[in-house]
Amino acid sequence: MSKNITRKDVEDIAQLARIELQEDEAAAIADSFGPIMEMIEKVNSVEVGEEVQRDFTLKNIVREDEVRDNSSEDRKEIVANFPDKKDNYLKTKKVL
Amino acid sequence: MQIDIKNLDIRTAHADLMAKKYRVRDLVDAYLKNIEEKNEELNVYLSIFSDTFEHKVESAQAKIDDGTATLLTGIPYAVKSIISIKGKNTSSASKILENYTSPYTATVISKLDEHEAIALGYVNMDELACGASGENSAFGNTKNPLDTTRVPGGSSSGSAAAVAADMALFSLGTDTGGSIRQPAAFCGLVGVKPTYGRVSRRGSAAMGTSFDQISPITRTLEDSKIVLEAISGQDDFDMNTIDTTNLFSPESVDLKKRLAIPRSFVNQVKDQKVLDNFNQALEKLRQGGYEVVDIDFDDLSLALPVYYILMSAELSTNVSRLDGMRYGKKVEGENVIEDYFKTRGEGLGEEIKRRIILGTYVLSAGYEDQYYNKAGILREQLRTEFRNKMEGFDAMLFPTTPTPACKIGDNESPIDMYLGDIFTVSSSVISNPAISVPSGEVEVEEGRTMPLGLQILAKSGDEKTMYAVARDFLNVKNT
Repeated sequence: MSKNITRKDVEDIAQLARIELQEDEAAAIADSFGPIMEMIEKVNSVEVGEEVQRDFTLKNIVREDEVRDNSSEDRKEIVANFPDKKDNYLKTKKVL
Repeated sequence: MQIDIKNLDIRTAHADLMAKKYRVRDLVDAYLKNIEEKNEELNVYLSIFSDTFEHKVESAQAKIDDGTATLLTGIPYAVKSIISIKGKNTSSASKILENYTSPYTATVISKLDEHEAIALGYVNMDELACGASGENSAFGNTKNPLDTTRVPGGSSSGSAAAVAADMALFSLGTDTGGSIRQPAAFCGLVGVKPTYGRVSRRGSAAMGTSFDQISPITRTLEDSKIVLEAISGQDDFDMNTIDTTNLFSPESVDLKKRLAIPRSFVNQVKDQKVLDNFNQALEKLRQGGYEVVDIDFDDLSLALPVYYILMSAELSTNVSRLDGMRYGKKVEGENVIEDYFKTRGEGLGEEIKRRIILGTYVLSAGYEDQYYNKAGILREQLRTEFRNKMEGFDAMLFPTTPTPACKIGDNESPIDMYLGDIFTVSSSVISNPAISVPSGEVEVEEGRTMPLGLQILAKSGDEKTMYAVARDFLNVKNT
């Protein structure tokens, strides 16, 4: 665990996040990270017990999938935002 | 026709409209005139919805005329540009969405449409809700109308500035870590974050999924209740929404008249004027019959790192959808993967990139347990501790912010901005309701004062007690 996030670390993480950073951007982000990590690291100063008291007022809510009718009007609006399209299909560059 | 919009509130505007003192068109025009005069300087509105006005004004006037009007009929409001409206450019003040047209309308807007309230336009914000100053928009800074050399706060910067400058009678903002409460405090207004789940998030571009709430910024407490009640409610499109019956009925509140102050947590404030203002507020409450008790809750300091870990993890996950593939700005690369890199590289601003890096880091292999999972456990513990400490009290109080609004450009590094969230993130992490109400002004430089906010936190689900204590404070504040 390193508190010192370097420019290289930032570039590696940016790869994971699919963001192209310019050199000076990566350096600026790395510079700003020191005090941010110092603040974040405070969670490591606290011990947590084995038994965690959970807030039982919160529970996961699930339901069955429902098929709803979507109007062609709605589809038109969505397709209108596609940067590249063919008929009603989204067109992209080859992936494989 | 001259309408005194400076002193207007929702009930008065409604009464005036019903008494035919003026028409909806006149009221809307009064705000549009202010927008025309002030917007260039303040940079509040990104777009005005002029194409839909005629129709909306007519529908609202019809309801006034046939007696079916509600309090919100014909009332002009501003919308934070992160809340979807069909056919409009819901840009979240980001270049990556500058050409995006929303194909649907947020639940909160649909609810206000039923009342025939009038959305005037989209207001500026920190890009994708990342920021606390209004200095992080892709479309320029918004200025604080009370002092244009200062920030209005953020991320709901335009929402606060619009109401403070009488460019809307109320506004909708979003609050994830304080983004309604802090700008409301900086602009002398009322800003509330309800219990998580009161208001449907459907249609609000997700920032921190387990934190986000849409809520109003208003001049008065009564206006805050009116709008919050109108936009609250269970929604099939947001399965985290909770029942809101009996959300507000102050008559039925049984106040213990006891307030908890986590004294050593509050005393972290370095600005003595802010502490004095806070202590004066407590003294007024004592005079108003409240018992004010110092308690120990130092663990509240953990809320800030817990918030930044969880929020950035959720945010970075949420904005991975912004890739130029299906909507928004697209920058072409050599192949599809390069499209992602270049689109996100050019389309996203500095602050959102920083938070994406932080969020990706705390979720990455080798660090997930240490940061993300640990923060999740601490969040549970804070919720339990808060519930226990609130036994026997109506509310917990702290200042909304550790300082008044700073000068534009004063936040030299991001950590300065993050540390300013120290008092608002508690309720974001704990998910309980919290409201900021104006608590007076402090001198910031020779001959210049700026407002501060008093923050009132209630137990989860207990908005009525929160509003009752706020009402009591505002009643004794100036005595």
